[in-house]
Amino acid sequence: MATAQTRTLSRVMMAPAVIVLLIWMIVPLVMTLWFSFQNYSLINPMMTGFAGWGNYLYVIGDPSFTQSLVNTLILVCGVLVITIVGGTLLALLLDQPIWGQGILRIIVISPFFVMPPVAALIWKNGFMHPGYGMLGHLWKAFGLQPVDWFNQYPLFSVIVIVAWQWLPFATLILLTALQSLSEEQREAAEMDGANAINRFYYIIMPHMARSITIVILIQTIFLLGIFAEIRVTTGGGPGYASTNIAFLVFRTGILSNDIGAGSAGGVVAVIIANVVAIFLMRAVGKNLDA
Amino acid sequence: MGSISLQHVKKSFGEVQIIPDISLDIKDGEFVVFVGPSGCGKSTLLRLIAGLEDTTSGQILLDGEDMTKAPPARRGLAMVFQSYALYPHMSVRDNIAFPLKMAKAPKALIDQKVEYAARTLNLSSYLDRRPRALSGGQRQRVAIGRAIVREPKAFLFDEPLSNLDAALRVNMRLEITELHQQLKTTMIYVTHDQVEAMTMADRIVVLNAGNVEQFGSPLDLYKKPANRFVAGFIGSPKMNFIDGPEAAKHNAHSIGVRPEHFKLATTATSGTWKGKVGVAEQLGSDTFLHVHVEGLGLMTIRTDGDQTFNHGDDVYLTPDPTRIYRFDASGVAI
Amino acid sequence: MARTVPTSTRIGFTALAWIIALLLFSPILWVLLTAFKTEAEAIAASPTFLPQNFTLENFAAVQDRSDYFKHAFNSIIVSVGSTLLGLAIGIPAAWAMAFAPTKRTKDVLMWMLSTKMMPAVGVLIPIYLIFRDLRLLDTVHGLTLIMTLINLPIIIWMLYTYFKEIPVDILEAARMDGAELWNEIVHVLVPMAVPGIASTLLLNVILAWNEAFWTITLTSGRAGTLTAFISSFSSPQGLFLAKLSAASLLAIAPILLMGWFSQKQLVRGLTFGAVK
Repeated sequence: MATAQTRTLSRVMMAPAVIVLLIWMIVPLVMTLWFSFQNYSLINPMMTGFAGWGNYLYVIGDPSFTQSLVNTLILVCGVLVITIVGGTLLALLLDQPIWGQGILRIIVISPFFVMPPVAALIWKNGFMHPGYGMLGHLWKAFGLQPVDWFNQYPLFSVIVIVAWQWLPFATLILLTALQSLSEEQREAAEMDGANAINRFYYIIMPHMARSITIVILIQTIFLLGIFAEIRVTTGGGPGYASTNIAFLVFRTGILSNDIGAGSAGGVVAVIIANVVAIFLMRAVGKNLDA
Repeated sequence: MGSISLQHVKKSFGEVQIIPDISLDIKDGEFVVFVGPSGCGKSTLLRLIAGLEDTTSGQILLDGEDMTKAPPARRGLAMVFQSYALYPHMSVRDNIAFPLKMAKAPKALIDQKVEYAARTLNLSSYLDRRPRALSGGQRQRVAIGRAIVREPKAFLFDEPLSNLDAALRVNMRLEITELHQQLKTTMIYVTHDQVEAMTMADRIVVLNAGNVEQFGSPLDLYKKPANRFVAGFIGSPKMNFIDGPEAAKHNAHSIGVRPEHFKLATTATSGTWKGKVGVAEQLGSDTFLHVHVEGLGLMTIRTDGDQTFNHGDDVYLTPDPTRIYRFDASGVAI
Repeated sequence: MARTVPTSTRIGFTALAWIIALLLFSPILWVLLTAFKTEAEAIAASPTFLPQNFTLENFAAVQDRSDYFKHAFNSIIVSVGSTLLGLAIGIPAAWAMAFAPTKRTKDVLMWMLSTKMMPAVGVLIPIYLIFRDLRLLDTVHGLTLIMTLINLPIIIWMLYTYFKEIPVDILEAARMDGAELWNEIVHVLVPMAVPGIASTLLLNVILAWNEAFWTITLTSGRAGTLTAFISSFSSPQGLFLAKLSAASLLAIAPILLMGWFSQKQLVRGLTFGAVK
């Protein structure tokens, strides 16, 4: 579709982006890989040399790793389930002929624009605090004992916060998809005698499948790296109850200054992300005709 | 001046050969139509001349000068696209003025030329509108106006009328022909519609699978088609083809008779072929009969509009013996 | 043709939608209201809805304690700077992929997106050490650089999506009209792509503004952005509910406003045009 001239030019124009991203991807990754096989601690400069699989054994062997891995999966899946089920229902509701649709859209999308640490702090202090949080007041109003959310259900609390941030995103995208379903198609289905439930299964769901895939892809990208919400609420605790892989690496590498072990954790995180990525790219590649 | 010469032009996209080898000479001032079914390579050929695609091998000469490697901007040609390709963010005036602005023409000259083009094309009252506020026909005129002001060596039209409705298409056809009479500039016009080709062209290039099947005047193509493909493509309704023993009687592999070259009778005495009327399409001026001929299959017959036929009527057909086209086994006319 | 439903159904749906929407909005509303209350009122045993003693002192206190303006300034520099840098690298690349695609274009795009899948923690340690050695830790330009890199794939994807919608015919028409590449880009492509470029810019400013991994791990005092600023309130000594709200409000208000204006484009942008 183009001449040799434009092709040459296009290579030149793509070069900066490709080179920059290539460096960004390879250099730190190779370094992480290198460190992961070294004894390297910022606290103890005496500890040097090749560590073999030592760091990996240390990281993977530690029960905190298994727990973090499980926590990561629970966190990602939990938020995905809440946002997609909730988002679909909310989108269906907002797609009904209701008053104030425009304003509702704006209100509903708002949490998405709240930066993660703020979201976490609002929930922590304003809502989930057993003493003066709004939920505490609510519980008391019903004569119940307020719940100390972050101590009793730390991971669940983090899931609630993250889901609150991402529900609007899912809703808005699914709503947009819903609205792009042509009225004619809906009417044709009605003429063919499909009731509301049949219409949902045979017309609406297939139409939305693509958008749902995209929501899953984008959210997963961000959810695997959830960090700030944990940092400002539970700090990963109590114990390791709300530590995910991202936070574990931060804890080991930066807070404990164990570069070797932190890097090994980082490599493991990259491997996990890649496994997930391959899955997603397959699913999305089919659905996403760029 | 605007003579265009293609010498052994070849084009392939990767492994796929679109144009195996084409040589053509288009004279200055000629109106040439490239016609053929979709995918025959006619648009690609036009884009090669325009310089929007690289020629794989061969040469393209404009006024005798080798332009094969020149970028489109330097070839001095103008093109009208199927989608009109107007600049949506510019007014009609700025759209028409754009080529002149690119050529760094002085402001006064630009204004003068734009005014002139607008008057010629009946666009004067729309000059300050945006393209989206225009109808299809008006957009088409703007696209033509943008081409005219360049005073190009040749105009290239890429199926310019296919987005218009039928009535408008006939009008624009006339306008473009008129424009050609006025400007006397070389025009190359790509279409899949053989009616456009017949009515507008000085000479027609019939393309099929990247090859030139025939290059000649409309009547040449109608009267002396070089092969079965051209015979079938030019003329409406399509020529009827007959294979087998009936063709062998004429010493040919197959023969063709145009729908308008039959004598039609309702009694057996004069008829050569007997058939039953299937669908009769009555246009008023003409009637197209689809006749199931015994042993030969379905044929289309053109007759005047005064006679009425019913489904199932028996009719007798006699082809005009002087107008039977004969083709050999490879489809070449004998 | 809008579907027709009985008014009673419509009222029911409307009420339900508003209740859910307001519940979702309540944390933001809480911040908005609490920011103007006194500390005592904020933690009162029986909570009030509207501030009883409307006060602005929380904002002053926040500025005194953590220097909001410095952090806000850093946030602006980092988010706007990284977005502009990203656009400068991204526009040519997206142009090339949209208008001179090759067989590998799709793979390149997928690869770029996959760099976004790489977890930040996987490279945190080397980046941290490189930054330490190059003295980039806690600098605004260092952070801008990182932010550019992490958002570049999204910028390119979004621009690619928008550019794809510009008919190639129009660019070719410009070429036929005698425009050289420079004129083609300046007079035809850019004016037609302005809306797309603008929403790319907007969305990336939002993403960079809210980014809370690198901004927290690579800065401490000097180059801290608003995410770092707000994180410093994570362990309030004593009860700072009203001040925390004031700080939160200050941190989210600019982007909330921008987000409201750009929510329509946001959908298309973040889904790379796959949802219209």
